[in-house]
Amino acid sequence: MTRAFVSGNEAFAQGISLCRPAVISAYPITPQTIVVERLSEMVADGKLVSDFIHVESEHSAMSCAIGASAAGVRVFTATSSQGLLYMAECLPYAAGGRFPIVMMNADRSVALPWNIYGDQSDSLSQISSGWIQFYAMNAQEALDMAIMAYRIAEDPSVSIPFMVNLDGFNLTHTYENVDIPAQDAVDGFLPPYKTDNRIDLEEPVNMGFSAGPAYNTLFKMGEHQGMLNAKCAIPAIEDEFFKVFGRGYTGLVEKHRLEDAELVIITLGCVSGLCMDVTDRLREEGVRAGVLRIRYMRPFPDEEVSSALLGAKAVCVLEKDVSFGNAGTVFGEVRSALYGSGCSCTVCNRIAGLGGRDISSDDIRCIFEELRDGPSDVRFIGGQTS
Amino acid sequence: MSGPTAKTITEDEYFYGHKACAGCGGALAVRIALKVLGRRAVAVLPAGCMSAVGFNFPNLCFANNAIISTFAGTASMMTGIEAGLKARGLSDYTVVGFAGDGGTADIGLQALSGCIDRNDDVIYICYDNEAYMNTGTQKSSLTPFGASTTTTPAGSIVRGNTREKKDLLRIVAAHGIPYAATASVGYLDDYMMKVEKASRIRGTKFIHVLAPCPTGWGARTDMTVELARKAVDTGLWRLEEFENGEFRLNRGMSDPAGIRDYIRSQKRFAHLTDEDIAHIERFRDARWKDDAQGRSERGL
Repeated sequence: MTRAFVSGNEAFAQGISLCRPAVISAYPITPQTIVVERLSEMVADGKLVSDFIHVESEHSAMSCAIGASAAGVRVFTATSSQGLLYMAECLPYAAGGRFPIVMMNADRSVALPWNIYGDQSDSLSQISSGWIQFYAMNAQEALDMAIMAYRIAEDPSVSIPFMVNLDGFNLTHTYENVDIPAQDAVDGFLPPYKTDNRIDLEEPVNMGFSAGPAYNTLFKMGEHQGMLNAKCAIPAIEDEFFKVFGRGYTGLVEKHRLEDAELVIITLGCVSGLCMDVTDRLREEGVRAGVLRIRYMRPFPDEEVSSALLGAKAVCVLEKDVSFGNAGTVFGEVRSALYGSGCSCTVCNRIAGLGGRDISSDDIRCIFEELRDGPSDVRFIGGQTS
Repeated sequence: MSGPTAKTITEDEYFYGHKACAGCGGALAVRIALKVLGRRAVAVLPAGCMSAVGFNFPNLCFANNAIISTFAGTASMMTGIEAGLKARGLSDYTVVGFAGDGGTADIGLQALSGCIDRNDDVIYICYDNEAYMNTGTQKSSLTPFGASTTTTPAGSIVRGNTREKKDLLRIVAAHGIPYAATASVGYLDDYMMKVEKASRIRGTKFIHVLAPCPTGWGARTDMTVELARKAVDTGLWRLEEFENGEFRLNRGMSDPAGIRDYIRSQKRFAHLTDEDIAHIERFRDARWKDDAQGRSERGL
């Protein structure tokens, strides 16, 4: 193990390198670029043996990744924002083919208006694409997730591609101290990829076929089941990770001071850390505040969310996206999980951080203040010009 | 050259039991290429006629490894497969793509360009039936001048397609590709020779094979091979190779006057006037003249 002071992108590149992907397909987009630049340097210096393929678009990045996975090898790609949307056709394709590709997405605003900064509009628009979706809080977690992502995606009961989301700039470009595990420890935790779902020159297979009305549901049900199976695989693999590397994680959600919390913010990504800090200060002031961090948007932690909120009085879903004409995407998912669950809390939605607008600790304090009145409205933070 | 010919080609079949239309030139192009490449060919086919007729679970019609790609992603998926098989330490296989004219010259052109730019070791075969046949005969950028399609109908003012075919061979050659060729299912020995030659060259290979579609062209189903020959004989489709940076014409124009017969035997051209046909002739002649002049200027 070594300790390094690196950005989120660099930490993630280190994590991916330790997983020894045989093929990396890459196309640049801000703020993802550094992760693929670092990997290309490792390949150029012989520190990582991998076929680094310069594709001409994100669509080809994913199409190439699907091809390599169909050939039976471990594969990595990364994208962001417009790039994620440009490859969108290939996302359900990879998932339907049950190819356990791991992709990093640097969460970024979506045009128009053009904006290179972080929010979560890109990945949250793709929650039904059939990919496991994870949202990292800090660089260490991002690095560790690179390693766990392959284990989860490649688990035979799962076989689902895995998207690790890092908040653009706030996480991708922020430097932190991280522990980088030793290669032999990772090799022990993550054995070489083995699958029957691959091209076989001795016993040829037909893959990626059509399935008409008579068979289609069968395949879609299998895909759904694979995603549900991930709910069991994730905590089991985290336990194993803890035993090998000494860092524990908390499954589909992370609960911060929720045991007796009355006022709760539900959020995801790196703003969760700030919400936890504010919560700690409010606790010192006697406010029964808490944070529920959603780590996985897919599979969605419906039971974890509803059971965590049984004692809550007022809840705010704080998120960096909006599903126009409705509300924030996460808000809709949370309310759906709470319906009929026995929770009696109010739920409001605060849409913040769009296009990289800073979410301050004052903003979070304000939300907790408002929660005392039990609001259930949907509101933007930052609509005024400044 | 000792490649297979119609007389010596294997009896083994790799693409059968599919439900392509009677007289399908595309199915013939795929079948013959796979017979040349053999069991260790890994075929990539985008959404299109061949994947629609051959890939319906549980009726899967390829005896070799085969996979459907996204419409735009034939070449990029081939890249990934080739890289993956290589990483597994495998050898003695051929990654081959079969995409139609729309899948190649329109939506798949960017991925094809990327593949050639990287010089990935694959064979890309474009079977050209001159329109989007799988969706019901809409115009592609390889639809010839004058052809009526469902999106370039023969109206009273605009009579069919107003644009010439893209010169795909030269677009591909301009990348500096190791090997590129045109072919026709009317001249199978020539086509087989080119597929076989491509399989022996490292890097990206591209073969553009004319493959008539009786359904879309409005021609008798027993005329596929004859039309594919006539297109060559009349000089409308030229058999060429691009190798070592140079073009080579494989066959001259043996029946320039047959153009009328060729056009009149297809419903897609039924509305064309004698003047339209004369225009097509003039365009053909200009291309052949340009080529002859170019050769002479280069001292060839």
